[in-house]
Amino acid sequence: MHESLTDASGSPLTNGRRRLIPRHLNKWHLASGALALLVAIPLLVVFSGWLKPETEIWTHLADTILNQLVINTIKLVVGVGLGVVSLGVCLAWLTARCEFPGRKWFDWLLMLPMAMPAYVLAFVAIGLLDFSGPVQTALRDWLGAGNFWFPQIRSTGGLITVMVLVFYPYVYMMARTAFLTQGRSTLEAARMLGAGPYGVFWRVALPMARPAIAAGTALALMETLADFGTVATFNYDTFTTAIYKAWFGFFNLQAASQLASLLLLLVFVSLLLEKSSRKRSRYHDTMRSGEPPRIRLSGARGWGVTGLLALLFSIAFLIPFIQLCLWSFEVITTDFDERYLGLLGRTLMLGTLAAVATVVAGMVLGFARRYQHDRTTQVTTSLATLGYALPGSVLAVGIMLAMTSIDNGINSVFESIGLGSPGQVLGGSVLALILAYVIRFMAVAYGPVETGLARIRPSLPEAARSLGASPFQTLKSVYLPLLRPGLMTGLLLVMVDTMKEMPATLLMRPFGWDTLAVRIYEMTSEGEWERAALPAITLVFAGLIPVVLLMRRSLKRR
Amino acid sequence: MDHLLEIEKIHCGYDGHDVVNDFDLTLAPGAMISLLGPSGCGKTTVLRAIAGFEAVNQGQIRIDGRTVSSSTTRIAPEQRRVGMVFQDYALFPHLTIAENITFGLTGKSPKGKQQTSDCLLELVGMEGYGHRYPDELSGGQQQRVAVARALAPEPRLLLLDEPFSNLDTELRERLAIDVRDMLREQNMAAIFVTHDQHEAFVMGERTGVMHEGRLLQFDESFNLYHEPIDRFVADFIGQGRFLRGELLEPSKVQTPLGILHGNRAYPWEKGTAVDILLRPDDVMIDEDSPIRCRVKDRAFRGADTLYTVGMEGECELLSLMPSRFDYKVGQEIGIEIEIDHLVLFPSQD
Repeated sequence: MHESLTDASGSPLTNGRRRLIPRHLNKWHLASGALALLVAIPLLVVFSGWLKPETEIWTHLADTILNQLVINTIKLVVGVGLGVVSLGVCLAWLTARCEFPGRKWFDWLLMLPMAMPAYVLAFVAIGLLDFSGPVQTALRDWLGAGNFWFPQIRSTGGLITVMVLVFYPYVYMMARTAFLTQGRSTLEAARMLGAGPYGVFWRVALPMARPAIAAGTALALMETLADFGTVATFNYDTFTTAIYKAWFGFFNLQAASQLASLLLLLVFVSLLLEKSSRKRSRYHDTMRSGEPPRIRLSGARGWGVTGLLALLFSIAFLIPFIQLCLWSFEVITTDFDERYLGLLGRTLMLGTLAAVATVVAGMVLGFARRYQHDRTTQVTTSLATLGYALPGSVLAVGIMLAMTSIDNGINSVFESIGLGSPGQVLGGSVLALILAYVIRFMAVAYGPVETGLARIRPSLPEAARSLGASPFQTLKSVYLPLLRPGLMTGLLLVMVDTMKEMPATLLMRPFGWDTLAVRIYEMTSEGEWERAALPAITLVFAGLIPVVLLMRRSLKRR
Repeated sequence: MDHLLEIEKIHCGYDGHDVVNDFDLTLAPGAMISLLGPSGCGKTTVLRAIAGFEAVNQGQIRIDGRTVSSSTTRIAPEQRRVGMVFQDYALFPHLTIAENITFGLTGKSPKGKQQTSDCLLELVGMEGYGHRYPDELSGGQQQRVAVARALAPEPRLLLLDEPFSNLDTELRERLAIDVRDMLREQNMAAIFVTHDQHEAFVMGERTGVMHEGRLLQFDESFNLYHEPIDRFVADFIGQGRFLRGELLEPSKVQTPLGILHGNRAYPWEKGTAVDILLRPDDVMIDEDSPIRCRVKDRAFRGADTLYTVGMEGECELLSLMPSRFDYKVGQEIGIEIEIDHLVLFPSQD
């Protein structure tokens, strides 16, 4: 029993036998199927390398860098995973279940580090703490050279710390929501059965929140695996940097694609973890019987927690933010020029184009999911929204390879009819870059659209139809006005994500299409931290928008 | 006689599972009828098929002689001139009441729209509410606006899908009468779907009882109660119990309570096992009666009391008595059957 926007088109339906397309497939299947293909093609292209493995490249890779890449990646994933789980869960427990001075502020302050792209925090950390940075210089002036020990920031430990500080909010946010929705009665039952406050945490609250924690961790790990800018700043070799080098250093797309396929295998493991834990986390949300009372941390303990959280917030956000402002101020007279405005304009333009295209695609998926409740649509929509798991560098390789073979096809057709080859049409075009953004951020746009659609009761469009509105008029005068908040959220989120995106932009941007993220990469790879600060602070301000949106949503849940 | 709506043997449903089976119905202009049945009986599906929201697998639906639905045709809902009032009212939250009401008016000047809106708001007793938004109104007020909005484009036929089910009982009865009178005033043909028999009887001149996708009986309420032609209808409408008996003659039955006579003849063979429908008002408590039984339960209802009485064996009957007669649970009493026509069904086992 569901309404449909188009199937009552007023024209006679043809009988099943005379149809070209099987009867059970309709335009929604085709639309969502096309979007699913968009995601599937680059994936298949990347994996198709395995069908004709080029042993030469493989032996070369295995001999030289592969070992190091795998070891580095494992170290990074394990380190960041442990870090985000312990930090995220502790912070979530403190703000969701305890009371201490300033708790209400920390509820949302602790989400702010999300606004800072990891590669920005990376270069600020190095700029501040490196041997020649202001901190060590000041210490040397004060204590004299060689009289103190200082941790080496350009190290695996330094890199892991930076990533944990940026990615812990994923775990924090999901664990916090889980703790807040567990409901009074379950926890009180545990107390009645003899568990103390710590027993409740270890034996009831934590196991119940485990699916949410796992989902948050999986998201953090996907970001870790996809990251390019941070590891590049730290000169730490992982798959993403190796793909970049293979592509730009040796112009070897084949090698890049082999590396991409290995990275994808790792990503799929975390994707499976996320999907399976998300399914389970649904069951826990149902029991709601009021928020449980908070544990009061009074006196020194309370202030101690406040101090620790303030320190954490300063390290993860406040100090880097101030440092960026100072650096930007230093260079603003020289760097705030036409070049900067051009970068900003192109970044905003790409962001807008990608946001509009992605939200339209998200709407198509949302409507397909609303009208068709069958297995086919479930499969196509979940495949189409898989792109958020694909690292930008993998996507870039897949799309480039696909586009190149389409270009080759076009060229040979043109040559065979004697028109001369048009050269690269799709590969290296803005269209290809936008396509990469659409694939990568489809899920980001689909989420708010789906939530918005779910709030529109089926009877509303039906009422419009029964009052004489055509499907198009129904879309215009009922769906769009009611969906507007969701669409705006989707547009904003995709736009900001696009602006911050680095690896795909770096690999696929057409000549003359540098963005703020590209500029940051160029400046940091030359160690010019100050000159990276102005584009960086711009991105941080843009990044604050979605964090504020997320915060409003999660604060409303209380 | 011209029919406004003709439904001919329609089947609706998905994947070979028919939610509606072999459904027939005709409606004259200006007639108001009810479709009554438990949830899941297919009554809403019939309504949605008429509106054009559900496909028809077999049979056809004609409005004013024009086929709007068949296995090969489906005219879009907006081209049928059929209005619908939804269970959840379905008022557009982003539009004012006046904008909601005039949503379906096309090709009218702003002034004409304003007039129609004022006129309809007056009809439903909501003058002056035009500039408000739906969420500022109570449930009953929203219901009235929903009716006004459905009437605005002057549909040929109005469909009402459980329109009062979200309201509390007292308001529900009053609003049902109000809406019926409004529709009468407009001489509007209407089909009203509900699972509440009292509402069905208020709204419809006639009522169709549906069960498992079939229309079992389509009749006036008096006949549904006193002359049900189907066992399900007998059970669903009003209260009552079945008494096991044996047919002696076409209008005479042997029962544990003695021989019962009726004024209707049944064509079945002598000796057929039958179930006799006994309504609570057919069973009178009479202390002197030789038929003895015991009070098993009682429900005090103000003016009267409904007794459940049990006899030897599993036999159980309902009796409705004025509440000044006061019998206790467990008390032994006598009963008398006062019945002028027998409603019999062949025994099920």
